[in-house]
Amino acid sequence: MNSHLSAGLGLKPQHFDAARDCRADGLWFEIHPENYMVEGGPRLAWLQAVRAQHPLSLHGVAMSLAADVDPDPAHLARFKRLVERFEPALVSEHLAWSTWDGAYRPDLLPFARTLEALLRIAANISRVQDALKRRIAIENPSHYLYFDGHEFGEIEFLAELVRRTGCGLLLDVNNVFVSARNLDADPIVYLDAFPGAFVEEIHLAGHSVDPNLGAALLIDSHDAPVAPEVWALYERLVTRIGARPTLIERDDNVPAFDELLAERARAHFTINTVGVSARHAVRAA
Amino acid sequence: MQVVAQESNRLRRFQQQFARALMDPVAGASDEMASLVVQPAFAIYRNTVHKGCIDALQANFPAVTRLVGEQWMRAAAAVFVQANLPRTPMLLEYGEQFAAFLAGFPPAADLPYLSDVARLDRYWTEAHVARDEVPLGADRITVLAPAELARTTLRPHASARWAWFDQQPIFSIWSRNRHDAADTSEMEWRGEGALIVRPVDSVQTTALSHAGAAFLDTCAAGGSLTDAALAALEVDATADLSQLMTGLLTAGAFGQIETAPR
Repeated sequence: MNSHLSAGLGLKPQHFDAARDCRADGLWFEIHPENYMVEGGPRLAWLQAVRAQHPLSLHGVAMSLAADVDPDPAHLARFKRLVERFEPALVSEHLAWSTWDGAYRPDLLPFARTLEALLRIAANISRVQDALKRRIAIENPSHYLYFDGHEFGEIEFLAELVRRTGCGLLLDVNNVFVSARNLDADPIVYLDAFPGAFVEEIHLAGHSVDPNLGAALLIDSHDAPVAPEVWALYERLVTRIGARPTLIERDDNVPAFDELLAERARAHFTINTVGVSARHAVRAA
Repeated sequence: MQVVAQESNRLRRFQQQFARALMDPVAGASDEMASLVVQPAFAIYRNTVHKGCIDALQANFPAVTRLVGEQWMRAAAAVFVQANLPRTPMLLEYGEQFAAFLAGFPPAADLPYLSDVARLDRYWTEAHVARDEVPLGADRITVLAPAELARTTLRPHASARWAWFDQQPIFSIWSRNRHDAADTSEMEWRGEGALIVRPVDSVQTTALSHAGAAFLDTCAAGGSLTDAALAALEVDATADLSQLMTGLLTAGAFGQIETAPR
């Protein structure tokens, strides 16, 4: 656990100057490394300037860990160069796939949680951790589809990945809420069962309702403020497991920096009130 | 044993079929896939993949988008995506084949400049993300003795991209739609070239003469300064070589200088 990290924000190019200059207590920034996998130019220079002032988190969206193939060596090498250059406090990836058969699909695609998938994903996580020479945290996905073929529950599956690879977990509370609504489950049951000791980071984001099906189908769209129900789940979680670095994610309809900072202040407050009064075991870093 | 082998390929077969269904949900599918595709939520994956690709193309081709309008651009991008998913997750660089696609896209037949405008949007992206390199200063050339020119080669800057367009004022069309929206003066309909380069931190764009483009082409191919000068004069016998060189050096068009030993 990085005790100096409180609540963080996704870093947006239009906010570079404000982000660099902001001095909020415990503030850190998360990026999608794919947006900085360039040979040179102003993007890397901007990121360097932000990094000089704040801790960074690298949150990969394209390692495609759940694809039945080894991680792309070129992509892994690019990821590693960023880790070496920017020395991030946190590194994470998704329980999903996106690159397949030489093409990248900009989404986090689902799969049935079978033993075969578990073995493949565990092997892929280990390859990534070996290459990066550090532990990574794996994020729980948003679900939209009912699968017939699951052999594991999701928490059981994630716990097995932790046991087999030593990886950490990134718990996205909005994904829990969205998935529970879409698949008719109880988000509280899921959250209360989640193995808190392995949670290295928490994500909070806004969602939207499906334009055709309405509130029966929620979309993890990151285009709105965090919903009140998600804040309530977050506060319940932090009360149980203690404070963790918490990110406010916003990728679409991005408002002014100050508006994001105000939303982030709520997570910061929770971390420094509820979070510090909770005394719970955290695996040593 | 055969059962085990089949079992161990389930994830792979699923990914193959899911990937196909994303592009074409009515394509023949296994029972497992059919049970997913019929769920209304399957459209979320399909929409997210397509929207991600189309958003990236729109962001990477702003001059094209401004010329044809957002609706036309997104419709064209949707057709492009169907046959050209990104090859890498760096969406900043997505669309390498988009200019070539537009050249053969029937609805763009009335816009003969569109493909070349897309090419300049693409060059801007390439210049933006190219590796950093200190541009060659003019002082490195002025010290050369005339006899050394034939043995000297200038390497274009790592970020430099250029082209000559014989038929149409592509640079003017592109510039106005990329950043000089206020310029509504009459455009002279003749050939134009463009040089796009990022000498330090921001991308710079300048008009380039036919002779200048020939000069840079020769430098890029490893030709000497003498070869480059001859190539420039071949396309334009009236070219002012001294002015041409000064212009290119001022723009930061070169990176390395190599003088072969006598």
